[in-house]
Amino acid sequence: MNASRQQEETNTKALSGAEVLLRVLVEQEVEVVFGYPGGAVLPIYDALFRQNRIRHILVRHEQAAVHAAEAYARSTGKVGVVLVTSGPGATNAVTGLVDALMDSIPLICLSGQVPTALIGNDAFQEADTTGITRPATKHNYLVKRPSDLAPIVREAFEVASGGRPGPVLIDLPKDITVGNAPLPTSGEGRLHRRYAPRLDADADAIKQTIAAMKRAKRPLFYTGGGIINSGPKASEGLRELARRTGVPVTSTLMGLGAFPTTDKQFLGMLGMHGSYEANLATHGCDLLIALGSRFDDRVTGRVDAFSPNSFKVHADIDPAQINKIIKIDVPLLGDVGRTIEALLQAWDGEGQDLSPWWAQIEGWRALDSLGFQQDMSPEAIIRPQYAVRRLYEMTQRLGRDTFVTTEVGQHQMWAAQHFQFDKPNRWLTSGGLGTMGYGLPAAVGAQIAHPDALVIDIAGEASTLMNIQELGTIAQYRLPVKLFILNNRYMGMVRQWQELLHGSRYSQSYSEALPDFIRLAEAFHGTGLRATNVGELDGVIEKMLAHDGPVVADICVAQDENCFPMIPSGAPHNEMLLGPDQEANAAKITQEGMMLV
Amino acid sequence: MAQDIQNAVIAVLIENESGALARVVGLFSGRGYNIESLTVSAVDAERKLSRITVVTSGTEMVIAQIKAQLARLIPVHGVCDLTATGPHVAREMALVKVVSHGETRTEGMRIADAFRAHIVDTTSGSFVFELTGSTEKLDAFVELMRPLGLAEVSRTGIAAIGRGPQTFYSNQESF
Repeated sequence: MNASRQQEETNTKALSGAEVLLRVLVEQEVEVVFGYPGGAVLPIYDALFRQNRIRHILVRHEQAAVHAAEAYARSTGKVGVVLVTSGPGATNAVTGLVDALMDSIPLICLSGQVPTALIGNDAFQEADTTGITRPATKHNYLVKRPSDLAPIVREAFEVASGGRPGPVLIDLPKDITVGNAPLPTSGEGRLHRRYAPRLDADADAIKQTIAAMKRAKRPLFYTGGGIINSGPKASEGLRELARRTGVPVTSTLMGLGAFPTTDKQFLGMLGMHGSYEANLATHGCDLLIALGSRFDDRVTGRVDAFSPNSFKVHADIDPAQINKIIKIDVPLLGDVGRTIEALLQAWDGEGQDLSPWWAQIEGWRALDSLGFQQDMSPEAIIRPQYAVRRLYEMTQRLGRDTFVTTEVGQHQMWAAQHFQFDKPNRWLTSGGLGTMGYGLPAAVGAQIAHPDALVIDIAGEASTLMNIQELGTIAQYRLPVKLFILNNRYMGMVRQWQELLHGSRYSQSYSEALPDFIRLAEAFHGTGLRATNVGELDGVIEKMLAHDGPVVADICVAQDENCFPMIPSGAPHNEMLLGPDQEANAAKITQEGMMLV
Repeated sequence: MAQDIQNAVIAVLIENESGALARVVGLFSGRGYNIESLTVSAVDAERKLSRITVVTSGTEMVIAQIKAQLARLIPVHGVCDLTATGPHVAREMALVKVVSHGETRTEGMRIADAFRAHIVDTTSGSFVFELTGSTEKLDAFVELMRPLGLAEVSRTGIAAIGRGPQTFYSNQESF
């Protein structure tokens, strides 16, 4: 049979829904799917078996599939794809979907569903997946007709990656994937009008912003994850804009790396555990330019005392973020990368003399608010901040492309404060939802996307146990992921708040009956290491970095260490606690403040 | 920004597909917005569009949030704030059942006549009145019927449209 005839036969041969699905995924340049099989998705798994374009990564729990896909998406800029079965498969994915929604991560979640004739009958492994995930996704679909399948999948990719990115779920009844489905040419049979968010900010708003920048004596860029989502050009633009204007830069947790954290113009992270200089600058600036950030409560603290004397400009692609929490003077609605580009083109270099502002900032900086006391004798107990700093310094020496994921808690804040990021897309953490158990599956996703890179999950011992089963995935795919546990035997952030707000009554926050992490690593075919004092720390980090397979490093750190600086809940930015000697000030936390924790 | 609570009548054109109304209602409940009235019906068979009229209240910032959040939903084609774009007509229909005999029955009919209500069902001991008008007018009618044997009320909620030649599309919010 000649080639053209063969091609013709392929084109006219009836395709199953599962085959159509995979063809559209290939058309959308999907290379990897993270998933877990089950009855309702068996036709899709069978179609996966009979092709070699798309690689499937078998996780050990559906939540992990979503977190892995999130990290894959965040570290590559592509759309992450998840495949789960109906009922419990879909419900297990919900946490990951909300996580992606809060952090604006482009994802497609393909969920199996019982056949359309059985929907609503409480059939085996049936759940109202579209109902359950409606508030957990940017949008979701239930495919009811074979002819809708291809158009829905194509549209889902547009929705997931367009505008403010987010997760989109497609519920696939089994009769749709088993039966034949048409594969129309792209663009045919659309369900909705084309999703087209506005990309370019209003020219007049750009003019007003430039005028405000020229007037400002104490300007500040408050940057967020939107810059990273916008793509590498936005980060490059930000660096150029900061350099040309001389304006100091602070960042949210999500935005770390968009601007080099080692740069002199970077003031550190702002917010609840931000640096003193970042928060005092936020409080004292006369012009606050928010770029791809959303005034989250961890950043603003007390809304009525947030940056009280500043003119506020807010660049965001999502109109619903403007004036949501803080009253904005000039909205810049559009893609933040393009907005930065427009500001660069309009800036003629004629701003105010910022040296008095910088002098004030340097005064705040001199306090060294991220400083800590580390006894350097070999038997001394390891301070968690020191462990992170040493990890960063020793990683730096290797010069490898490094991705850091985290779980959620004190270790996450210490990682944000003490690890440095000079590139975007290298810092993968659960910001909006604060999902314990995020980091280990996220490390899987990042390592799959970047097989030659160094991927480290900076973790706490409690979070680690939330998705510990993913050590199985790591073993199966021989992923050289490094799990760096700051083990203080407590749910540290819970313990810290109990100390500050609940009279040190440590209700249920002690990590009782912990596993031996070395033997646990070995049980999963990996290598386990432990450091119990300062003298052992460097050696353990060195071994961990030198080993070419997966490593679990159990770093036993001080159990009583708290995250500082800290804005006590309900306090404004200029009333930070700088260290434990100021904890008595926490007595000032009002009941209203306690509710904000 | 004014912290005064204000009412808003918002019209939404949304694709007539399953789950579309649930998205809107879920948005209101999930974000804690107030719904005083919500009506929905298909209005354009060719383009498969339904129109939702929602009466809500909140501060100026909250109302702006509600509109932006509605506009963000994928099946939503447009959002129009009828309160903000000029005068509008808002109407509601009620079916009111009154069970009564003798003098109260006659009194009920007199009041219904004054309100220009239609009698759409009657037996020797009951009436069903149909009444269209503003919410206030319907409220007043129901209150007057209460001592006269009011038994049951069914109301549609508000349907609203802008006055004058301007249409939904010329007045819709831009984001």
